[in-house]
Amino acid sequence: MTAYLITGVSICGADQPSDLLLYDGRVADPAEAPSDAVPVDGTGLVALPGLVDLHTHLREPGREDAETVESGSRAAAMGGFTAVHAMANTDPVADTAGVVEQVWHLGQIAGYCDVRPVGAITVGLRGERLAELGAMADSDAHVRVFSDDGICVSDAVMMRRALEYVKAFDGVVAQHAQEPRLTEGAQMNESAMSGVLGMRGWPAVAEEAVIARDCLLAGHVGSRLHVCHVSTEGSVELIRWAKSKGWDVTAEVTPHHLMLTDDLVATYDPIYKVNPPLRTKADVEALRAGLADGTIDCVATDHAPHPTEDKECEWAAAAMGMLGLETALSVVQQTMVDTGLLDWAAVADRMAVRPARIGRVADQGHPLEVGAPANLVLYDPAASRVVEASTLQSLSRNTPYRGMQLPGSVTATFLRGRATVLDGQLQ
Amino acid sequence: MKHHLLSSADLARDDAVLVLDTAAELLSLADRPIKKLPTLRGRTIVNLFFEDSTRTRISFEAAAKRLSADVINFSAKGSSVSKGESLKDTALTLEAMGADAVVIRHGSSGAPHRLANSGWVRSSVVNAGDGTHEHPTQALLDAFTMRKHLGDLDAKRVTIVGDVLHSRVARSNALLLSTLGAEVTLVAPPTLLPVGVETWPVQTSYDLDTSLDKCDAVMMLRVQAERMDAAFFPSAREYSRRYGLDDRRFKRLPEHAIVMHPGPMNRGMEISADVADSARSVIVEQVSNGVAVRMAVLYLLLSGADLSRTDPTASDSTKPEVVS
Amino acid sequence: MSSASRSHDHTAASREVIDASDIARALTRIAHEILERNKGSANVVILGIPTRGVPLAARIAAAMANVEGVEIPAGSLDITMYRDDLRLHPARALEPTDIPAGGIDDAVVILVDDVLFSGRTIRAALDAVNDLGRPAAVQLAVLVDRGHRQLPIRADFVGKNLPTSLSETVRVTLSEYDDNDGVVISNTNVSRGSS
Repeated sequence: MTAYLITGVSICGADQPSDLLLYDGRVADPAEAPSDAVPVDGTGLVALPGLVDLHTHLREPGREDAETVESGSRAAAMGGFTAVHAMANTDPVADTAGVVEQVWHLGQIAGYCDVRPVGAITVGLRGERLAELGAMADSDAHVRVFSDDGICVSDAVMMRRALEYVKAFDGVVAQHAQEPRLTEGAQMNESAMSGVLGMRGWPAVAEEAVIARDCLLAGHVGSRLHVCHVSTEGSVELIRWAKSKGWDVTAEVTPHHLMLTDDLVATYDPIYKVNPPLRTKADVEALRAGLADGTIDCVATDHAPHPTEDKECEWAAAAMGMLGLETALSVVQQTMVDTGLLDWAAVADRMAVRPARIGRVADQGHPLEVGAPANLVLYDPAASRVVEASTLQSLSRNTPYRGMQLPGSVTATFLRGRATVLDGQLQ
Repeated sequence: MKHHLLSSADLARDDAVLVLDTAAELLSLADRPIKKLPTLRGRTIVNLFFEDSTRTRISFEAAAKRLSADVINFSAKGSSVSKGESLKDTALTLEAMGADAVVIRHGSSGAPHRLANSGWVRSSVVNAGDGTHEHPTQALLDAFTMRKHLGDLDAKRVTIVGDVLHSRVARSNALLLSTLGAEVTLVAPPTLLPVGVETWPVQTSYDLDTSLDKCDAVMMLRVQAERMDAAFFPSAREYSRRYGLDDRRFKRLPEHAIVMHPGPMNRGMEISADVADSARSVIVEQVSNGVAVRMAVLYLLLSGADLSRTDPTASDSTKPEVVS
Repeated sequence: MSSASRSHDHTAASREVIDASDIARALTRIAHEILERNKGSANVVILGIPTRGVPLAARIAAAMANVEGVEIPAGSLDITMYRDDLRLHPARALEPTDIPAGGIDDAVVILVDDVLFSGRTIRAALDAVNDLGRPAAVQLAVLVDRGHRQLPIRADFVGKNLPTSLSETVRVTLSEYDDNDGVVISNTNVSRGSS
């Protein structure tokens, strides 16, 4: 196996540059570098533990026209990720050991990152009957994160049972918090903007009411709750409150909710149509503050590829979701690092360490110390690029950042010591 | 004037006044032996209707034909659209046919906006009603009708009553009438006022009775009985009692005030039959004014300097401009 | 002609070629010529083309009324919707069309404009007249004929023939709209339309 000797790199933003040896799949002492180690000039680069995404839609099986496990994991590698959690809302739904093992195997074959399948909570995401959570946990895919993402588990009893049941194998229930009756036909954030644009609004309370209930349930049954894509100021407050109670509640925020606001909807361009919807500036600021103080544990992309025809149409007919993997780190740099809210060590915590811990991913999210698995990303924060949808690895083109100038670029990604990206090129 | 008319917000005060003044001149056409002008000869106007609206389509069609434009009616019902053809493909077809203007009615808010700004077509796009968003030519004809009866709309009081939340007419009227200087009051049960209405340039009230004494025009919006199934109000009877314009409320209006309704009416629900048929009801007149207003809109949108389509051999001016 | 100019200060290159008294004499003469040609004022309707054709039409009608002792029907005829250059310029507001109560069927319509130039305005006016009724005859009266016709159109009554170059502009001012009556020629290097 090729060894890499990375020289003069800033580990997690440390002032003093140091060298990193990747040898035999692990981080090793640079003094022991073999003579044929490939040198990598790390000058000006930041080394972070390989990023871990808790929320990725790879679309396979079922919508291979939008994304496949392979294309999605290529996109992940280009974004600096070494592990992604593939959401369960595929066709067929990932609600059996068979489907999750298939996705897991496809990830192994692709080899660009660890693909960790998320299991559905209920059969067919229908909210009626628990899926065989234990079978999925015991399968080769070792599922630990369960979610009906895309659909809220709105039935309180069903949610309670799921929270209780996953305790048996240290699982976590990741809830898509969206009260269904309050969001029937909803198209965008409910705000002055939705009133002007004549669109059915999606009130913040529809998210917050479910989060409040779920936090109480998690506290009541003593289980692990993870809140997907938190998007409102009120949600951040509720999670802060739940954590203050000592309950095991974690939360994620997407890059787009850290940057984009609902005034973009005035373009009626469905590229900005997403679930949960883009919210207000006040929400964005609260989310940034929540991520900075740790109330929100991690950034998760909610990478949601859609084929062009599902976005090149009128708003109401368009699919919800946006790409995220290949722009996540840049968006986090712009919104959190360049604004002084997070340093690179904290970025490593929010994008690698904590998501790995929530997902119980054993060999990801470790500090870059000798002996640790050699999962890491080299990132050039001084670089800058204009996002072009056509150059992305994803099969889909629905990036809301197209044409935008974003800071930073991923120079290299290593998965257990093997380069998946080198010199900014997919390997 | 902008290249498109998508929202009443596209009209600055001068633009709106230009449309209304032009419409006033064009209204006299109805009295002439030949009700046709050669203005848009050789131009093609497509009526692209994804929703049934015979009234609006006929109004636009009459307007276009009186300006000598070629009119193509494209109804989504029974067409390839119902077979899954996308708005984009429909738009590209229209572009290939050489449409100069597309008049679009669509059930989805923002569809005209999408058509105009997606780069699919070069034609002017006129919003003939989109979802629960806007219906700017309806607002223009309402303003036109009010001006005829009330004069300049500056500081005139207009009360709009009913299902503001779902009404594209109310949105377009609130914007346009405010632009023209009128004082607009929206009256509705709290469930039927949009979130954020406090940021609109209007007053709001939950009480119809207190809003009638001083108003110059009252516009009743259509209320669909189905709304009560979604719990917007308890029953048609209660709605009618609290927000209907009945004879008792009609008598409270000032002598000069006019009664309007964009149609189609639910007689007995938001408006009583006697009020609808009273001398101060201008509801029928609204319809006839619609043609003149839409002629004005089409003329003003299509006769602008469109250099991309200029035929260089036709560069002689009828009346040479003088530059001093 | 109806001028786009909003400026009243003439540049050094401009010169007044007709003054107020010239205009008054010319209009009186035109009034007499119209009466002479039509053997009186019976059936005559005077229609001015906005903007400055309208007050000219009114003045001619008044002069005719002075002679005849009866009121002469006069009105205005907007030709905007009949122009052949609508695609080339930003849309403009319509001017009033005001046809006297008797209409124009079987009447002798005298079209009045300030300046006759390319002839395209009159072409448009003839189309407009055609849509309003069927006159017995249409005649044309202009205050100034500056030449450079682009269509086979000539005036029946001309206040003054004014040879000009295409680089010049002719501006008629009338007290109804401007400070005073007069006709000014100015040189301009900037030209628009066909001028």
